[in-house]
Amino acid sequence: MKLQSKYIPLAATISLFAAMSVFGAVSYTGFLSPQVFLNLLIDNAFLVIVAVGMTFVILSGGIDLSVGSVVALSTIVLAKLVQHLHWDLMAAIPLVLCMGTLFGAFMGWLIQRFRLQPFIVTLAGMFLARGLCYLISIDSISITDEAYTVLAQTRLHLWSGGPMVSISAVLALAVLAAAVFVAHGTEFGRTVYAIGGSEHSAVLMGLPVARTNVLVYALSGFCAALGGVVFTFYMLSGYGLHAVGLELDAIAAVVIGGTLLSGGVGYMVGTLFGVLTLGVIQTLIMFDGSLSSWWTRIVIGALLFVFCVLQRVFEAGRKPGA
Amino acid sequence: MSNTPSLVKRVQAHPLLWPVVTLVLILMVNASLNPGFWMLQWRDGHLYGSVIDILNRAAPLMLVSLGMTLVIATRGIDISVGATVAISAAVAALMVGGKLVITDGVAQHVSRFPMWLAIVCALLTALACGLWNGVLVAKIGLQPIIATLILMVAGRGVAQLLTDGQIVTVYYPPYFFIGSGYLWGLPFALFIAGFVYLLMHLAVTRTALGLFIQAIGINPAAARVAGVRERLISICVYAFCGLTAGIAGLIISSNVKSADGNNAGNLLELDAILAVTLGGTLLTGGRFTLAGSMIGALIIQTLTSTIYSIGVPPEINLVVKAAVVFVVMLMQSAEFRRAVRGWVVRPAAGSHA
Repeated sequence: MKLQSKYIPLAATISLFAAMSVFGAVSYTGFLSPQVFLNLLIDNAFLVIVAVGMTFVILSGGIDLSVGSVVALSTIVLAKLVQHLHWDLMAAIPLVLCMGTLFGAFMGWLIQRFRLQPFIVTLAGMFLARGLCYLISIDSISITDEAYTVLAQTRLHLWSGGPMVSISAVLALAVLAAAVFVAHGTEFGRTVYAIGGSEHSAVLMGLPVARTNVLVYALSGFCAALGGVVFTFYMLSGYGLHAVGLELDAIAAVVIGGTLLSGGVGYMVGTLFGVLTLGVIQTLIMFDGSLSSWWTRIVIGALLFVFCVLQRVFEAGRKPGA
Repeated sequence: MSNTPSLVKRVQAHPLLWPVVTLVLILMVNASLNPGFWMLQWRDGHLYGSVIDILNRAAPLMLVSLGMTLVIATRGIDISVGATVAISAAVAALMVGGKLVITDGVAQHVSRFPMWLAIVCALLTALACGLWNGVLVAKIGLQPIIATLILMVAGRGVAQLLTDGQIVTVYYPPYFFIGSGYLWGLPFALFIAGFVYLLMHLAVTRTALGLFIQAIGINPAAARVAGVRERLISICVYAFCGLTAGIAGLIISSNVKSADGNNAGNLLELDAILAVTLGGTLLTGGRFTLAGSMIGALIIQTLTSTIYSIGVPPEINLVVKAAVVFVVMLMQSAEFRRAVRGWVVRPAAGSHA
């Protein structure tokens, strides 16, 4: 069986995830249960959603460093609206989503209109969103609203008495499915890939480059805001220090998922497995019990290194043929 | 008289004009809000005052910004400096450690290793961190932001691992001199920053190094064709950036008398990038100014001190910084300047249509 070369990074990620799961199953009793794997999805639902947005940005050749702060800002705005101002959930959540989308669109507009570097613009966005969090509230606001806690604690059984998933996990899978469709089935998705391949060529092809560039950041902002909403389901609080460093986890997940950082190559499904791989590392360290949690960061760094070098090797291998 | 226009033009074209103007403006705001701002006092053999305090606190940022300037000049970026600071601080604090031993009724402070050895080891570790980044960028060819992201993610884990997740306290007073000692009435840390600046200034102006770095930043491929040893210089630049971060780590850990793997140098990389940009170095590489970065670091530290001193909640700091970054970014953008010119000119032209 010969794999097409474009699927090799994706296959590498999935095999890595499988290998780690097998290792866990052999080493630790109780690891191989459906609930352990569903918990990966439940605990990392917000990361899946944020990383999906990040995948679009990276596919287009950009980067978005503001996502962690936008998640924090969303949690705190939501907590303020629901807890202190007693807004209805159905009004507060759409407002937060709009806010995140507009925030992303604004950064995208700056990047596109004034030819600024995405890195610096989203860095400023990161400062801004984090600062706005503290302007709203310095302290953590816990959410005790009844409708909210019910929503957060609802568990859906796969079958009666069987393993269960949370609403956020279902939401994450829905976002992923939508992203797969958008990336591979729509004109917008194809334009994103084209821009990542070569923005200049995309312009010459007459593709709507400017509009797509802005939309990509708007989409990432939307995903970050939605990630924030899901994060409040998980934490039941809003706080300016939530999700510090989340942007790095999201970028790491995207890279480990096999998306090329130079843009143009990658799959949404890879990102899901990137997130799951990060989750499995954490679960393994938790099951082991003797390793400290800071090993997580070192292992993630090592994985990033391996995947980046692999990407370089693939890029170098592809050039002569292309 | 005939000389005047050229002088005005020279001043207008000087790369340090805007950074200096910004700094002076912030200082003036400071002085108007705080009447004692410029007051200096001679106490216990050294100078006291807000200005001295700002200079002292700005020293680590100055050092990191200097290293970052060269990296950015070669079109790179190093987002791992905060982690390098944490690692170097952890190594130094662990090796100096120190305890109080009383022999014959005389209190003696004993360090675990000689202090010079601890400092050398910490700096070598930091150098190794930078070297690692440089090899990833120049030899393996990763994008700088990603290559340094690896160390940024893993570095804090390494620092935590070194300190076993604890905050390591230093009990060896001679070590405190680095961060809070005074020499000739001025903070010692400032001398370190000044010395490094002088060394770098000489290296880039008296040798061809500055030219090479600029050539790499403008066009790496062309520089290589022209015979510049692009890869070697890139590696050295990243290694040097790691070294400056290591020195900053020593100052920071000595100042707070401890090493905290989690918080030492947190967000320092962002402040350093901001300082470099404020100083007038182009993020697209090719044009850089070391003096500008020093001023940029001072601007950021003064801004922070201002925000603290006027009693605004420190959280606003981030919003102010964000606003400053947006303004500086837009001013650097040729498209923005063109657009502004368009907005100013168009109404006049459009009135005929």
